[in-house]
Amino acid sequence: MPAKYVIHSTPAAPRLRPVGKLGIVDWREDCSSCHNCVKRACVYGLYRDEADALRSEIGYLDYIYQCKGCLNCVQNCTKNILTRVVNPEYRRLGDAYYTPDIILSTWFQAESGRIPVSGSGYGGPFSGPGFDSMWTDMSEIVRPTRDGIHGREYISTSVDIGRKLPYLAFADGQLRSAPPPLVEIPFPVIFDLIPEHWQRGQVVAAVARAAADIGTLAVLRERDIRDIGPGIAQERRHIVPLLEPVNAMVHLGGRSSPLVMIPDDRDVMAVQASLKKENADSVVAIRVQASPAAGQRVLQLARHGAEVIHLVFDSHGLEAPHRPPLAGKGDSPHLCEAPSGPFRQMGTVPFCAPPVTHHPPPVRHARDVLRDVHGTLVKQGIRDEVTLIASGGIALAEHVAKAIICGADLVAIDVPLMLALECRLCGECQRGELCPIALEEIGAEYGARRIVNLMAAWHQQLIEVLGAMGIREIRRLRGETGRAMFFEDLERETFGRLFGRRKTS
Amino acid sequence: MSTTQSTSPPAGTEPPADDLCQPEYAEVAREVRPAPPRYRNEIGKFSIRRASNCAACGRCAEVCAHGVHVHPKGYRSIIRPFDYRCTGFGCAETGRYCVAACPQQALSLAENPAFETLGDYRWTPDLLVSTWAMAETGRLPPKHLESEVGASGGGFDCLRFRFPPSPPADLRREDISTRLVLNRRNDSRPKITIEVPWYGGGMSFGSTNIRVLLGKARVAKAFHGFTCTGEGGYPDRFIPYKDHVITQVATGLFGVREETIQRARIVEFKYAQGAKPGLGGHLLGDKNTPSVAAMRETVVGVSLFSPFPFHSVYSVEDHKKHLDWIAHVNPQALLSAKVSTPVDVDMVAVGVYYAGGHIVHLDGSYGGTGAAPNIAKKNIAMPIEYAIGRVHQFLVAEGIRDQITVIASGGIRTPSDVVKAIALGADGCVIGTAELVALGCIRCGACESGRGCARGIATTDDQLLEMVSVEWCTQRLVNMYTAWQQRVVDLLYRLGLDSIASLRARTDLLRHLDYEDAN
Repeated sequence: MPAKYVIHSTPAAPRLRPVGKLGIVDWREDCSSCHNCVKRACVYGLYRDEADALRSEIGYLDYIYQCKGCLNCVQNCTKNILTRVVNPEYRRLGDAYYTPDIILSTWFQAESGRIPVSGSGYGGPFSGPGFDSMWTDMSEIVRPTRDGIHGREYISTSVDIGRKLPYLAFADGQLRSAPPPLVEIPFPVIFDLIPEHWQRGQVVAAVARAAADIGTLAVLRERDIRDIGPGIAQERRHIVPLLEPVNAMVHLGGRSSPLVMIPDDRDVMAVQASLKKENADSVVAIRVQASPAAGQRVLQLARHGAEVIHLVFDSHGLEAPHRPPLAGKGDSPHLCEAPSGPFRQMGTVPFCAPPVTHHPPPVRHARDVLRDVHGTLVKQGIRDEVTLIASGGIALAEHVAKAIICGADLVAIDVPLMLALECRLCGECQRGELCPIALEEIGAEYGARRIVNLMAAWHQQLIEVLGAMGIREIRRLRGETGRAMFFEDLERETFGRLFGRRKTS
Repeated sequence: MSTTQSTSPPAGTEPPADDLCQPEYAEVAREVRPAPPRYRNEIGKFSIRRASNCAACGRCAEVCAHGVHVHPKGYRSIIRPFDYRCTGFGCAETGRYCVAACPQQALSLAENPAFETLGDYRWTPDLLVSTWAMAETGRLPPKHLESEVGASGGGFDCLRFRFPPSPPADLRREDISTRLVLNRRNDSRPKITIEVPWYGGGMSFGSTNIRVLLGKARVAKAFHGFTCTGEGGYPDRFIPYKDHVITQVATGLFGVREETIQRARIVEFKYAQGAKPGLGGHLLGDKNTPSVAAMRETVVGVSLFSPFPFHSVYSVEDHKKHLDWIAHVNPQALLSAKVSTPVDVDMVAVGVYYAGGHIVHLDGSYGGTGAAPNIAKKNIAMPIEYAIGRVHQFLVAEGIRDQITVIASGGIRTPSDVVKAIALGADGCVIGTAELVALGCIRCGACESGRGCARGIATTDDQLLEMVSVEWCTQRLVNMYTAWQQRVVDLLYRLGLDSIASLRARTDLLRHLDYEDAN
């Protein structure tokens, strides 16, 4: 029996005082110092622990972080001098997408490596934009197609990265096709390029080390690879060099990297061809900006032999409203036509002209773009030939499963990695200010541990939803919208039938 | 129907378990009696401060219509304001505004900062506090609280009623029936009918305080309804209420024995739970105390998993085999199947019928739990609002709708939700979280950690168990049930219907705020 894939977590306490949601405020001037102070009776012992911590001045401990908000102290105080408040610092965390709840949950997972578990029912909005407007399905008693889950430990989360042949050719009983190289990783999450403003101290090294620890990949620029220095040998096979400018064919990392990444360009297939010529065993991924024309562009590249396409969304999972004007004069949609042959001619692939419209369509979330791109490839019968990576807006483990259901093979993340390192998304670094949490002081090993913990928790959560869906291999989840329910469909089928047109659709 | 005070154990104490098996303890008073909150500082929407210049003249107690200020006879001082009862600034319009009436200007009114920290989108602070008010008084909550809808922005929270201009002239509130028939099959089994169109959901011995569970059983008896064992076994202390306790058979089979099957009037198969469909059950080791371990025949302190699914059920035929087993062990029991809400929930419901079930219990994805991964609570399976209509329509199309009872749960928070669920196509509902909220739950979500619920509700810790008494739990639930029934009757009256049964699938009496047909 093959070894089971397990991400081992090790507790990694935060370096700084975490920001908690709830805090207890008291008006001590009204305190009568009664003998039965409610603080002594705290079920969780937080006040006592706090006093101990203050005395010894070690570690972090703050009941604003640890208070579970049971209200026993507030409601039992003899003088009613306690009240509960939401920590204003908590409210300032993150943004509309990376909400304070998501940040706290990420910190918990990065610290403990455990799945967030709680009692009581779900307390959030009924639905929301993007990934919040879909639910995963589960197998019930009358589904004979259930593919035999007898234990979640047998669920595979491995994915392949690379091009697959549309068919195998045989002659005289012998296989004549040469399968292209594939990179298999045990977990459908890779680490995307860390934006410049976060590249401080050992951050990139921590990301690379974490990728190596769990057997996944980290996308790095060539100069970042150089910066990491001599310690990189161990991580080399887990690094995906992002090559730019494109004429740097002879690069530092590409020779030994199983996967290299190049930015999209009209000459991108020529670049891919020359990289393949240099190292035939290397898989080349093309980084494409998600946009209204992404579906056609991906189709175009896939037809021309692209192996892997990495669709890049913004940090909130949105496509770019308008594609950068890279299309040259004379480019026309007919250039999107596919060349013939199982392995297509590689060379210039001009961009398709963007759709002409007087009213630009609304900016779409990755949920919809991925369904569009996946559906386009499926209709053309070439979906299995190309690997699709999605990045941007993957904030939670559930987003991994949902992005894959919508059509991605795997995802790439960056912001959650920084959250694991205790980033508050305050934006100071982008303004050129000092980082309030001193990101530059993080050691590579400690940072890697936090990231590994987060991935351990995500992996376990993926197993949970895969098990619930009755799917034992995440490869089978790709584009499997039959195992999901979409808000607009359920609304239309349920309330639309009763109440007519939806106002806000 | 009611019993006298002398036959019940005094509040705050609990007789030995043997005593609770005596018949007198099985009698439950259904009358509404005040059941004050058990915390000294109950939380309301407003807070009133009385400054030290108060002259204790008692003027505030005279003017207040809500019992905020109490000046006991024979005492010089006024009791500290019960400000959770305060209805707020609107009081100034009534002429009974204590702040204005105070000759010393010693009173000040402000919004309570702790109120805003309560609850969540589904259970808003208003819903929590209004449920507490019903549990205390047995009356409908005060009007300054939004007691009908939450703030989730969808489902029940966007549904409203279409009331006719006036109810029929000959319709009287006292004639309106809230009775629900649970057995619609023409078989030899009893035609069980319950008085209100909901009953208590399963909570296992191990996840929840036994006193809370007994309170649930006692209110079930008082209202001729049901509660459910959950999957933690059948404690002997349930025996006096056995006619009102559903024995649940879940995948862990904890405490499932021939006698517990034979004892029950309804036996429920739990295939899945709405909050964590497809994941099975999980009792964390800290809550597995010696008594829990003894009941479940396991080792103390070990986390207990109930697997998913029943490994003996992979088809409707397998399911029928299960129901046949129960049907033979207990020839008088109704058979219920609790399922969650996958995309093919309608097929599941039909499968339950053809397997011989009397009740199909749909547990929507936003339902409660003692412990579940957050990813499951939010993402797996569909909310109950979608499932009800799908199942109803499918059963109608199959021509079997009137032969099976459809029960909805998983997000039923208020009597309005019950009425909306039935108008969408259910026959009745199961409630769980609402009962716990009546007992002081604030939805902090810490049911599973360490010693369990710090408020003594979802815990097995010996010390925390003491925070509630059986009698107090019973009375709070009796009060809440009474207020709920009153609200259901009121809604039926305004809708012009004489029974809850006639409301089923009357979607024409609903409108949805997000749809053009809303007005």
